[in-house]
Amino acid sequence: MKCRVLIRLRPGIMDVQGAAVQRALIGLGFGDLRDLRVGKVIDVDVDAPTAPAARARVDEMCKKLLANPVLEDYTIEIVEAPDLEAAHAVR
Amino acid sequence: MKFGVVVFPGTWSDCDFHHVISEVIHQPVKYVWHRERDLGDVDCVILPGGFSYGDYLRAGAVAGRSPVVDAIRDFAAKGGLVLGSCNGFQILCEAGLLPGALLRNECLQYRCQSTHLLVDNVDTPFTRGLRPGQVLTMPISHGEGKYQVDAPTLARMRAGNQIVFRYATAEGQVTRAANPNGSLENIAGVINEEGNVLGMMPHPERAAEAVVGGTDGLLLFQSLLGSLVEDGTLFPR
Repeated sequence: MKCRVLIRLRPGIMDVQGAAVQRALIGLGFGDLRDLRVGKVIDVDVDAPTAPAARARVDEMCKKLLANPVLEDYTIEIVEAPDLEAAHAVR
Repeated sequence: MKFGVVVFPGTWSDCDFHHVISEVIHQPVKYVWHRERDLGDVDCVILPGGFSYGDYLRAGAVAGRSPVVDAIRDFAAKGGLVLGSCNGFQILCEAGLLPGALLRNECLQYRCQSTHLLVDNVDTPFTRGLRPGQVLTMPISHGEGKYQVDAPTLARMRAGNQIVFRYATAEGQVTRAANPNGSLENIAGVINEEGNVLGMMPHPERAAEAVVGGTDGLLLFQSLLGSLVEDGTLFPR
């Protein structure tokens, strides 16, 4: 089952990388840019019977290694699951 | 005092630590490969600087979950001494053996320079030979050394005297200008609650011989040797 983990710096943690990218964009004429923060995407394909089971497994991976709770928040999206495909097929 | 120097793929300060321990303070030392689950007979474990696992994911993240770190966790729980410098500090934070985390330098530059460190805590096996308020000179060499920790933890750390070194001027003034990486409260080194695991961004092993420009780092090693005897008995065992 294909999952996507989105990792972001927690609110209040200064994102120096994002600030540098923001300055560069403003220099390119994007004066309307209000805020920009850089995060990470990790695509994970996990062998699991259901979407909740996959989510639980990936959540464990985030807690053990993928995200650092001192600095980062994360969300998990199910990108491709057999039960989702079946739901689409019915429609 | 027997030392073990841990080597991960990408570690680069292992040979410098090995050299200082064997050739300068003349103590037995061995390398410990990151796949080892047994540290063997050692009194102090060193986690040197470098780019373990290429700093992939986050600096120290992968190394912080390697087999040798489980062994170090057990070793530390029994009171064994652990010193992590630079990437070693990042690894100790990632492994949860020290509070907080290290972020990309605020200036976005890799900083390789000499720094002055104000000694805040001399009640540790690593700093017991120093004077409170003493200023040490040691180099740093890192891109991700901005120490970050949440406010409640910081308050606990302050109360427990866990902040050991802060970046300062040569006169010992803790100023923003003396902070090379944007570290919270100029923090350069911290110790765990139990007082046997020290992490610091500066490199004591690169300031342990006059020929390399300074010997202040040697004071940490000599403090460690002094810590072998306490109250007439061997310490920590």
